[in-house]
Amino acid sequence: MVRINGKEETAAGISLADYLKNNNYNPESIVIELNGEILNRNGYASVVLQENDVVEILMFMGGG
Amino acid sequence: MKDDKFILGGHEFTSRFILGSGKYSLNLIKAAVENAGAEIITLALRRAATGNVENILDYIPKGVTLLPNTSGARNADEAIRIARIARAAGCGDFVKVEVIADSKYLLPDNYETCKATEILAKEGFVVMPYMYPDLYAARDLVNAGAACVMPLAAPIGTNKGLCTREFIRILVEEIDLPVIVDAGIGKPSQACEAMELGAAAVMANTAIATAGDITAMAEAFKHAIIAGRQAYLAGMGRVLDDRAAASSPLTGFLHD
Amino acid sequence: MDNQKRTDHMQYMEGMEVINSDIMDKVISEMNSYDYSIYTEQDVKKALLKDNISPDDFKALLSPAALPLLEDIAQRAKLETRKHFGNSVYMFTPLYIANYCENYCIYCGFNCHNKIKRAILDADQIRAEMKTIAETGLQEVLILTGESRSKSDVRYIGEACKIASEYFKVVGLEVYPMNSDEYAYLHKCGADFVTVFQETYNSDKYETLHLAGHKRIFPYRFNAQERAIMGGIRGVGFAALLGLDDFRKDAFATGYHAYLIQRKYPHAEIAFSCPRLRPIINNDKINPKDVHERQLLQIICAYRIFMPFASITISSRENANFRDNIIQIAATKTSAGVDVGIGAHSGEQKGDEQFEIDDARSVKEMYDMIKSKGMQPVMSDYIYV
Repeated sequence: MVRINGKEETAAGISLADYLKNNNYNPESIVIELNGEILNRNGYASVVLQENDVVEILMFMGGG
Repeated sequence: MKDDKFILGGHEFTSRFILGSGKYSLNLIKAAVENAGAEIITLALRRAATGNVENILDYIPKGVTLLPNTSGARNADEAIRIARIARAAGCGDFVKVEVIADSKYLLPDNYETCKATEILAKEGFVVMPYMYPDLYAARDLVNAGAACVMPLAAPIGTNKGLCTREFIRILVEEIDLPVIVDAGIGKPSQACEAMELGAAAVMANTAIATAGDITAMAEAFKHAIIAGRQAYLAGMGRVLDDRAAASSPLTGFLHD
Repeated sequence: MDNQKRTDHMQYMEGMEVINSDIMDKVISEMNSYDYSIYTEQDVKKALLKDNISPDDFKALLSPAALPLLEDIAQRAKLETRKHFGNSVYMFTPLYIANYCENYCIYCGFNCHNKIKRAILDADQIRAEMKTIAETGLQEVLILTGESRSKSDVRYIGEACKIASEYFKVVGLEVYPMNSDEYAYLHKCGADFVTVFQETYNSDKYETLHLAGHKRIFPYRFNAQERAIMGGIRGVGFAALLGLDDFRKDAFATGYHAYLIQRKYPHAEIAFSCPRLRPIINNDKINPKDVHERQLLQIICAYRIFMPFASITISSRENANFRDNIIQIAATKTSAGVDVGIGAHSGEQKGDEQFEIDDARSVKEMYDMIKSKGMQPVMSDYIYV
């Protein structure tokens, strides 16, 4: 299982780029943290999700 | 007034109104920014939603400085993490450090804020710490490398105005960094009062987001902040108070 | 002394600690640009109506334009004094324990070329003096020496502080400037307040008055208060000897110096002294910069309004009438039972005095006077920690 934005998902073995595409994320407007490390935006294709990974997919929104 | 620039972390601004972007719909942001004359706008970082969600960055006019805040952080470590992510997202070096560990009153934790400020300043961030107006904490923030201090006027979202007036006045006097009044400002008149007091800028969000006409209120704030600044620069006059009441002369004793 | 022999007064001598501080440069440049002739009565009135007095307001209060408004200034000063000190008037006495001096300051009775009777009290004599003073009821003593590092070295002063701590609750020092580790040592010996008079902040004038000795080094003296605070001393005192040079500029520099120290070290307690060279009667035209009582009152009130929380000491050089009145307006500390000779409290005078005092009233007389004015004499309200 991979923990993505707090939810357990069966995503181990697929590339991050594919995961984003499959789940309708717009890679332009997000930033991703993998196991506490901030990822380079151009490297999503080369990252393959592993069992027990923790992924945070974040974006900006309105806030004071 | 013309040459009156607002310098923050080495950057120069003309507007002294920092606009919060929370609590209203994205299609009003552009108009609000333009009507407010704002050059700095705050943003928050949140878990992304899937699907074809709108990107707030598309609604913010070019040339406006983005100020991501660390809202959601409950301690220094979380604030530092959020700040780093925001910078990685291409938001620039500005960050508003906001550490809140009290969900009832949403008051900032000065101690944790100071710890985060010290580390982020060393990493090259322009750190704008949101704080409770305490003189010692403000001095610690100066020493930690903050670019300004952002004392609250009243608890977030309460629109109660300058409840901390006297303490903000002390910060204005004692702290050599810009003092930006943040949180609790409910009306243009209150923003004006903060500027008259010597605040370098005012930040507001809820007061505008909850107004009947958001863009009109944004503009009203703009004028109030300019008026307050002008009054401060002009040097406040004063209605005579009891000091003018003559008491027995003190200087009659002089000899030579 | 001929010009060739005079050393560079801005150059530190060997052994003098150099600290990282920009306060002197700020004070000097602000003082040099202070043109008091541009201020008007309007500026002074505006300043008096403000809650918070800026350095520029302070300049206005010290300007000639403020003199016609002296009554208003005194009223405001009194208000500030009451706000911060209530009716308290602190009492202390200076104790001279040695008058050897290695400086050549042309206006000073202790200068090394002046043929006076020199003396240095030993531990027993110091104890006898302190005991006699303590019996008058005083709880604060100010230890003074001439500026001789060889005759009255730091260890000697430290021993005096230790003895003083047995008899007094508050021990202050007015001795030669020293390094921060030496201040730390004296703090350990019981001293907690350090006063250093800069005399004049005009370094060119300073150079012509202080011809030789450690005191000649202007920046080392200037930074003494900061080194004292770095050494752990609680409070520091500032003064210009008003009348040596342009007193308005010197008073401004004194206040601004203290202001910048307070901003940099917010925990430090700040004190002012206001000594003046007395004018000679009827020579107004010869020297328009003389400090008469009116000007002295103006300066003391300006200090008070600019830094309302500061302690202001009024010297026994001033006459009884002036002192009785100024403690009701702006001064918060007064000496009493003063004898500026060496060893004269407890026996025969062993060394000559530095200057002549005007107000020789005893502690009891001063105490009663303060009471009679509706004020409260305070011997000490402090704890050494």
